[in-house]
Amino acid sequence: MSENGTKKRSFSVIGSSLPRIDGPAKCAGDTRYADDIVMPRMLFCRLLRSPHAHALIHDVSTRRALELPGVHAVVTGEDVPTKFGIMPSTQDEEALAVDKVRYVGDPVAAVAAVSEDAAEEALRLIDVDYEVLDPILSIEGAIEAEDHRIHTWNRRANIQKAVSFEFGEVDAGFEEADEIFEGTYFFQGNTHLPMEQYCALATYTPDGKLTLWSSTQTPHYVHRALSRVLDLPMGRIRVIATPVGGGFGGKSDPFSHEIAVAKLAMITGRPVKITLNREESFYVHRGRHPVKMWMRTGVKRDGTLTGMWFRSFLDGGGYSSYGLATVYYTGALQTVTYKLPSYKFEGVRVFTNKPPCGPKRGHGTPQPRFAMEVQLDEIAEKLGLDPVEMRLKQVVEPDSVTVNGLRVSTIGLRECIEKVAERSGWKDKHRSLPRGHGIGFAASSYISGAGLPIYWNDMPHSGVQIRADRGGGVTVFCGSTDIGQGSDSILAFAVAEELGLQPDDVRVFTADTDLTPVDLGSYSSRVTVMTGNAAIQACGSLRERLFEVAAEVLEVPADDLEMEEGRVRSRSLPERGLGFAECVERAEARFGTLGATGSYRPPRHPGDYKGAGVGPTPSYSYSAAVVELHCDGDTGEIHIDKVWIAHDCGRAFNPLWVQGQVEGSVYMALGEVLMEEQIFRKSGVHKIPSILEYKSPTTLETPPIETILVETDDPEGPFGAKEAGQGPLLPVIPAVSNAVYDAVGVRIHEIPVTPDKILRALDQRLKEPTVPDFAFPTPIRWAPGQGVEVPQKS
Amino acid sequence: MSDSETITGKRLLRLRVNGEVHEVAGHVTHSLLEVLREEMGLTGTKHGCELGECGTCTVLVDGEPIYSCLMLAVEAEGQEITTVEGLALPGRPHPLQRAFSDLGAAQCGYCIPGILLAAKALLDKQPDPPRADIEEALSGNLCRCTGYTKILEAVERAAEEMNGQRAT
Amino acid sequence: MLRLPDFTYIRPRTLAAASSALEELGAEAMAVAGGTDVYPKMKRGQFTPRYLVSLGQVEEHRGLRREEGRGLWVGAGETLSAVAGHEVVRREFPALAAAAGLVSTLQLRNAGTIGGNLFVDTRCNYYDQSFFWRQAVGFCLKKDGDICLVAPKSRVCLAICSSDTAPVLSSLGAEAVLVSGQGSRQVPLDTLYRDDGIDYLAKRPEELLQGVWIPEASFGWRNVYLKLRRRGSFDFPVLGVAAALRMSATGTCDAAKVVLTAVASAPKVVEDAPRVLCGRPVDTASIEEAAELAMRVSHPLDNADMDYWYRKRMTRVYVTRALRQLTTAGETAGGPEAAPA
Repeated sequence: MSENGTKKRSFSVIGSSLPRIDGPAKCAGDTRYADDIVMPRMLFCRLLRSPHAHALIHDVSTRRALELPGVHAVVTGEDVPTKFGIMPSTQDEEALAVDKVRYVGDPVAAVAAVSEDAAEEALRLIDVDYEVLDPILSIEGAIEAEDHRIHTWNRRANIQKAVSFEFGEVDAGFEEADEIFEGTYFFQGNTHLPMEQYCALATYTPDGKLTLWSSTQTPHYVHRALSRVLDLPMGRIRVIATPVGGGFGGKSDPFSHEIAVAKLAMITGRPVKITLNREESFYVHRGRHPVKMWMRTGVKRDGTLTGMWFRSFLDGGGYSSYGLATVYYTGALQTVTYKLPSYKFEGVRVFTNKPPCGPKRGHGTPQPRFAMEVQLDEIAEKLGLDPVEMRLKQVVEPDSVTVNGLRVSTIGLRECIEKVAERSGWKDKHRSLPRGHGIGFAASSYISGAGLPIYWNDMPHSGVQIRADRGGGVTVFCGSTDIGQGSDSILAFAVAEELGLQPDDVRVFTADTDLTPVDLGSYSSRVTVMTGNAAIQACGSLRERLFEVAAEVLEVPADDLEMEEGRVRSRSLPERGLGFAECVERAEARFGTLGATGSYRPPRHPGDYKGAGVGPTPSYSYSAAVVELHCDGDTGEIHIDKVWIAHDCGRAFNPLWVQGQVEGSVYMALGEVLMEEQIFRKSGVHKIPSILEYKSPTTLETPPIETILVETDDPEGPFGAKEAGQGPLLPVIPAVSNAVYDAVGVRIHEIPVTPDKILRALDQRLKEPTVPDFAFPTPIRWAPGQGVEVPQKS
Repeated sequence: MSDSETITGKRLLRLRVNGEVHEVAGHVTHSLLEVLREEMGLTGTKHGCELGECGTCTVLVDGEPIYSCLMLAVEAEGQEITTVEGLALPGRPHPLQRAFSDLGAAQCGYCIPGILLAAKALLDKQPDPPRADIEEALSGNLCRCTGYTKILEAVERAAEEMNGQRAT
Repeated sequence: MLRLPDFTYIRPRTLAAASSALEELGAEAMAVAGGTDVYPKMKRGQFTPRYLVSLGQVEEHRGLRREEGRGLWVGAGETLSAVAGHEVVRREFPALAAAAGLVSTLQLRNAGTIGGNLFVDTRCNYYDQSFFWRQAVGFCLKKDGDICLVAPKSRVCLAICSSDTAPVLSSLGAEAVLVSGQGSRQVPLDTLYRDDGIDYLAKRPEELLQGVWIPEASFGWRNVYLKLRRRGSFDFPVLGVAAALRMSATGTCDAAKVVLTAVASAPKVVEDAPRVLCGRPVDTASIEEAAELAMRVSHPLDNADMDYWYRKRMTRVYVTRALRQLTTAGETAGGPEAAPA
């Protein structure tokens, strides 16, 4: 039996567009999200937030607040002083600021009271003695302010992390080039804006156990953070991720509000709930980093890439969050789409006095992908090549290792490019449409799960337990978290497929640290691949026992058995079979209670240099997009006519769900490229922290989307599947910029591409983005041939 | 002010919700959203901003979609309120609910109750709307997951099914 | 969840009673109709009334009817949806149907009234923020502070008129009927607006709008409204252009009125537009001239979505497009927002 699913010619539920298991409840209003939970004696929490972008805290007095009727407890930084953070090496957050605030909205104190109103009123009675410091609000400002630090733990002032690599011989690469192109780019920050606001609820029961319900994508990491900050063993803490009303990366960190309600529940002995309002969600943020970029690319006259040098400057905001990974991600995946023989990458993430940035759909890769695909479009034009053809000539080969040591297994990029070009009528339209009407192309790649866990360990990344009922039902337990992407349904369908059942026969329990084996969380597009593989392994183990019993009963060899249509039956004599329930009963009689476990850990990659941990994955997904649009030369307004997008998803686990992920990614990309911006005033206050002024596209701005699924049957994926939830965002953004050029002849090197920028560019008044001077560290050198031998699956 | 009614603090509200009359204590400052969720336990109605800027809390009042965060509960007395909990038909889901579920129009699902009600109001008035009218009718409801594509398709499918049922 | 602060809710049955209540309670009272602007502002602490005088039970400010010889009566208490969908409005005054139909979203238009939109509070992105935000930035002239954060040297508040329907009704020469305890008065709608972001209405606080008359004389005018904003719904105008023309049988323009919104604290009448448009056929040259004049009097500031220089520049484009729509043969006026391309 293969680790990656039964080697079947056809599947019964995989590959069909059956509905998700959570659809009926969600459409009935029956799904209980965090804020829907109500408990007797429940108290309500509100957080006091800093009105200053940068200030020292000399004193926090809670006396007046505590005297307010209805107030049960007030906690400040002193009550929860232990620092935490998602990345083990950058634990620089405090649940409530102890002696310094670092952005407007940084939490300072938390109140538990009998109502939200009372808690809110109590906040006004907390007296904080601030000493206001000058805020640092730009990347340049952070680099230049050598004597003025936001944090003290980091070596260079305001530099969270600076990295530098040279893969292959980049100087030689540029020498070999016929032409060298350079450009600067800026990708403005933006935020996730899930429709559900952050919410968490905690209880501390008389048995000394703490339970936290939270709208989180990463209950396991929240579990670890709570244990650390509250100084409680993990065994006394239970974290339950409630159905998440949208995440997109924004609910992947352990948060102040989660720790605050836990601490307040411990103090008061009563359930404590907090629901952040929409404005606060802009302060919690952890969204897309603003990134300034510089890219130099060497090419032969026929468009063949000879070398690339890329610099990224990330505006990280007040804390580290996932930033360590983000800075690496801005440099990691340039190599996995087109053959690149030499590559130099330098990246730096700085601290500024703004809400911390973190992972948003595509984590650190949409920004460089924008720069790269726009530059390639310019290169093709200057060389007189078709941008599609130029890329097709140099697509990375399957089963190859990139210049930076990433192992590419299957790659459907060629087919993706060909399909979108064909369906969109690219050849007839590109450079041929009337002025004001344009078409643009771009392609991209993303990881199907991070190759390494966030904290170093040798344990599985995902675990699944299954239990078979006497009645023929199966229950699957897994720590994974359904954030709307459908991970619960993935489990039900994988188990149903493996055991020959219907998804309805499978009950799914997820995201509960007391009941379910660890899954690291819903980030890095890891869930389908990792939980799917773990589920397949668990099913294989259960199946062995069932087959052992069935072989005896049916008098056929065990290796002739299969599970189909609710039966265990002989492949050679299909009429000879046993109902699943009966088989379970017999197996239980023989072996006792039936359960099985499975787990998954991603394969290693060849890269063995320091920093090689970011970029590896079980498999890379690939996407290509064509965008057709109208751009009004008088107003600069863009109307997207249509988006064609092809995505290599390995195997479409469920075409309907994959399309849903692709369509959602296209939507989010269009929001980013056309209008969304997380922007600040000179004082460091968020300019537009409301869902009215932070512009999220409506039905009226969203064009028809034609999705083409390309299947490559990846050997590492469950049933051959790769990711689909993040990658398809990537090509759409540069494709829009390239289409604007095709329409009106101006290159916009900045995201978002807004009407005013287009008009400025048409007037030749739009300035190119700038990048700061910065002394990067000496590069780490590595070249293919070095590193770890990695066996390929076939 | 002799001809005026003056309301302060809490009072007993008689609200007709999903065809049933409910008597609940509600503060005059409470929005319909707060009373539905917090006094009546009808948590199917969600909220995303409480300022009328996202559409999540949409319910029907006398068949018309409104934002329940911007309507005082006292103003909803005497009118027929429909929430997502009242959408299902006896013993089976509403065709919209089934189409949304079947087509994967609910991803995270948080905006879906509001969108279902906005769609119902449309189909009740216009049984066979063209795509542009569906887009217009749902343009007061933000969704961050789906790109609206499956949502629009689901409304069309439900309309087809409802029209088929009417025809037979 | 954002909640409303405490208040006493008063529900009179007549406008006179409502007006008396407002007069009696003074500055601590506010009138509320649909509530779609009042409640968000109360939740954010911009409005802090202790008394809300609801117009929900009042009947006399409802009604949408044609009266031969008098014109079209638009009751202030009618919802924006009702106005946008009204047959006579759609046929005769497509600009008004468009403007009412472009306010925010369907849900909001089902609750919000045209009276509320005509008198909607001026907006500014230093002001339309929560108490926390305004405290963090520093309070402004319009609420709790003493300087204008948009232009610190300005002695008046520069919050912008954000009504879609006001410029249209102004362009159609509408007359407003105001009611108070002392009776009622009818005045040109134009005269009710002041270019002051705080004191933006030239009426006594207790005077309530019963409705507006679009006079008989305005029937037959071609009219159009174009709105600039980022998205096709939700967003307030960051520029709006209402244009109305009366064309003679010979094809010359007899009368014209062009009114802008979201470029000042009041609807901005382009005073010189009739001079260049009237007495001749409307052609490219006169349209260009009128558009240029409109741009000159358009003064957007950095306090709304989209760059102010962009909004100023768009004034010319939008006025040009509005006038072209009105003069393109065979085309009916009004219609949707200017679609790109």
